[in-house]
Amino acid sequence: MNDTMAAGTLMSDTDSTLRAILQDVLGLSAERVAAFDASTGLFGDLPELDSMAVAGLLTEIEDRLDIVIEDDEVDGELLESYGNLLSFLEAKVAA
Amino acid sequence: MIATWPCPGPHGQSEEYALALDRDRPRRLLIVPALFDEANRMRRMLVDMMRLLDQAGIDTFLPDLPGCNESLQDFTAQSLHGWRSAMLIAARHFRASEVLAVRGGALVYPNAMPGWVLEPAKGTSILRQMIRARVIAAREAGEHEDSADLLERGRTEGLELAGWRCGASLIAGLEHAMPEIEGQRLIAQSELGGGGGLWLRAEPAAAPAQSAALARIIAG
Repeated sequence: MNDTMAAGTLMSDTDSTLRAILQDVLGLSAERVAAFDASTGLFGDLPELDSMAVAGLLTEIEDRLDIVIEDDEVDGELLESYGNLLSFLEAKVAA
Repeated sequence: MIATWPCPGPHGQSEEYALALDRDRPRRLLIVPALFDEANRMRRMLVDMMRLLDQAGIDTFLPDLPGCNESLQDFTAQSLHGWRSAMLIAARHFRASEVLAVRGGALVYPNAMPGWVLEPAKGTSILRQMIRARVIAAREAGEHEDSADLLERGRTEGLELAGWRCGASLIAGLEHAMPEIEGQRLIAQSELGGGGGLWLRAEPAAAPAQSAALARIIAG
């Protein structure tokens, strides 16, 4: 296990991997990405996340988590918030 | 700073540009850029690296792939094979002694030359990501497009992906192209320090620490 402590809560591997990827894609500091919570808005709230950036994000997630995300799994709801994306990925990784 | 090199294209000879820091020194590095938008996101980092290598006594050349950047060639007429020939011609024209291929540049660089490959990308990954961007953009516009259908159409008719009007030969070429690394040293992004790979960035950015780390590896 490689769990990391952040903001007093135990973070899953998937959570820390997703934060690391968002940090790379958005060019944000670790501190800013650590402050993301379940309700932090993604696609729609972060203007830099256009369709090309989202495609890059999903492809990088697939590579680092060793999963495949199908076309029909990618909808507005999935990318609406950090919490939605994380719970989708945690379910994928566990499957 | 701006040099030209003659390059045969599908419609005859054309003149292509390269950014060149050339003082006729013995070490002459050809840089084969990443493909599509990744080239834009990494250009600043590479140009900063070129300036550092200039100070370290190494000449550098960053050519445009035909159809890209300042090139007047038709993008739709391009193929991996065409880009590979063009990069070999550029290497000869500039009398390059070594090569740095970046990401998808590893699919088209002159791989008989000594040098480095930074985080090579597979053709299929590049294609998959661009098709996915198109599917997501369509969904946002309330339309439905299917990756498999798009790929099938692309193979026969060509396909517009992220604003690039890719011809059928480019799509078909990308589908199975693998980087062919022949003795060049692989450079992992992790060797360039923090900040993550710039090709992942949603917005182009400079990364002086990464430029410096890359220049150090190449200067040796």
